[in-house]
Amino acid sequence: MSKFLGNFFRSIGHQVDDGIWRLGYACRFLLTLLIYSGISFRRFRLTAKEVYFTGVLSLIVIMVSGLFVGMVLGLQGYNTLQRYGSSDSLGVLVALSLVRELGPVMAGLLFASRAGSAVTAEIGLMKATEQLSAMEMMAVNPIARVVAPRFWGGVIAMPILAALFSATGVFGGYLVGVQLVGVDEGAFWSQMQSSVDFREDILNGVIKSVVFGILVSWISVFEGYDAEPTAEGVSNATTRTVVTASLVILFADFILTALMF
Amino acid sequence: MTRNDLPQDDLVSITDLSFAYSKESGSRKILDGVNMAIPRGKVVAIMGGSGCGKTTLLRMIGGQLRPQRGSVVMDGQEVHTLSDRKLYALRRRMGMLFQFGALFTDISVFDNVAFPIREHTQLPEELIHDLVLMKLHAVGLRGAAHLMPNQLSGGMSRRVALARSIALDPQLIMYDEPFTGLDPISLSIVGQLIRRLNDALGASSVIVTHDVAVSLKIVDYVYFVSEGKIAAEGTPDEIMSSDIAFVKQFVHAEPDGPVPFHYPAKDYRKELLNLP
Repeated sequence: MSKFLGNFFRSIGHQVDDGIWRLGYACRFLLTLLIYSGISFRRFRLTAKEVYFTGVLSLIVIMVSGLFVGMVLGLQGYNTLQRYGSSDSLGVLVALSLVRELGPVMAGLLFASRAGSAVTAEIGLMKATEQLSAMEMMAVNPIARVVAPRFWGGVIAMPILAALFSATGVFGGYLVGVQLVGVDEGAFWSQMQSSVDFREDILNGVIKSVVFGILVSWISVFEGYDAEPTAEGVSNATTRTVVTASLVILFADFILTALMF
Repeated sequence: MTRNDLPQDDLVSITDLSFAYSKESGSRKILDGVNMAIPRGKVVAIMGGSGCGKTTLLRMIGGQLRPQRGSVVMDGQEVHTLSDRKLYALRRRMGMLFQFGALFTDISVFDNVAFPIREHTQLPEELIHDLVLMKLHAVGLRGAAHLMPNQLSGGMSRRVALARSIALDPQLIMYDEPFTGLDPISLSIVGQLIRRLNDALGASSVIVTHDVAVSLKIVDYVYFVSEGKIAAEGTPDEIMSSDIAFVKQFVHAEPDGPVPFHYPAKDYRKELLNLP
């Protein structure tokens, strides 16, 4: 029994130790990445290409999801609000839910699974096929040339995707609320306009999406760069990116919400 | 003839090099006190069985791994004491061909060869175009410039990677298992290319390989690595006629000898009968 307990605690200790060590390594990696970020802005084409891959190619999934989430909000919101006779506030409910919470969080989760996993797999495979080593031997720093542009591409793309998610979501809410169930169009828009505050709501939402962008991009490039250079290693790293990024987004959202609102 | 009879102008000299991978279960020694020299203008082969530390040796020359003891000096500069900036400057004078080419799969053959030129020079695009075609012509693949890496055969990838590694006219070209997995024709093409390019560029080359037949035809000097040490060295003729047991086993491809057929294990009979 005591042996079993010993092993049990040892394995917990080992995992905690491992986790802290990895976190430290990830922080050092981020620091190195930031130091070598100059090239991402001097040769902005490299970063722009990544914005295209992570951002533009995620547009469809983001916008379709946004539309449906907005439509669901419209239905559920109307259902609840009309019980209290305040269905005219549907616009406010849809807009605030999206801008404050669902926009950044849902876009972040979708971004992690659509673009983050792709970045991890790409960097991991480049490592497994010695492309990163080859680059190093060509006197080109892979962190500066490959990793940093992907990181910044994600950081730039994420807030734009979150904004688009919220915008299509509001449109989805409008479609269902105004066109389908017949909330007054003027009330829908005017209440939204008067109740959504730029600084308090929109700016805070943008800050959230920037933070999520940094976190997801950081996790994706780190997992890719740190992946074991085998098929199994890359697949594990991709899974870890999606799982870690999703949990981190939800956790960070809680912290940010507590601080902001 | 021994290595000392060759001209003493060494591009790379390796002294007392030791390296071990540290693992939780203790460290595994890969290289143990290796001394070696790569003379200017020559092609040197490093041979030995799989996993004997040959590739580690190349990575050490390129500064990608740090030895626990000993030094690598290239052209008067000690590789492992250099700052990052100086190491990168030194690497611009090296070319390395990786085992499976390591071409960038998202860009064309042309862009792969142009990559180091674009990264390190400010040359106008027309000049880069001509340079790339010249390099590709040298490996016989000018006509494949527009292809993507996934459209190439193994031998072709290897040749494109070779063109890429000589893009900046390096002084030292390193080859990591350049002959692995090639058909006989591609094999002798790559072999001939290594020799011809070395002589045309006035470079020095190191080939890490276990392909005896091809490499003995094209190299000037051979080092045999076994269990992290230099087991034998000499010119191809000396190696062919060597009576060192390990070299004989290797050159004549005998399954058993100093390198045992069996991985170390418990006594066979005891293991089958589950005896202690």
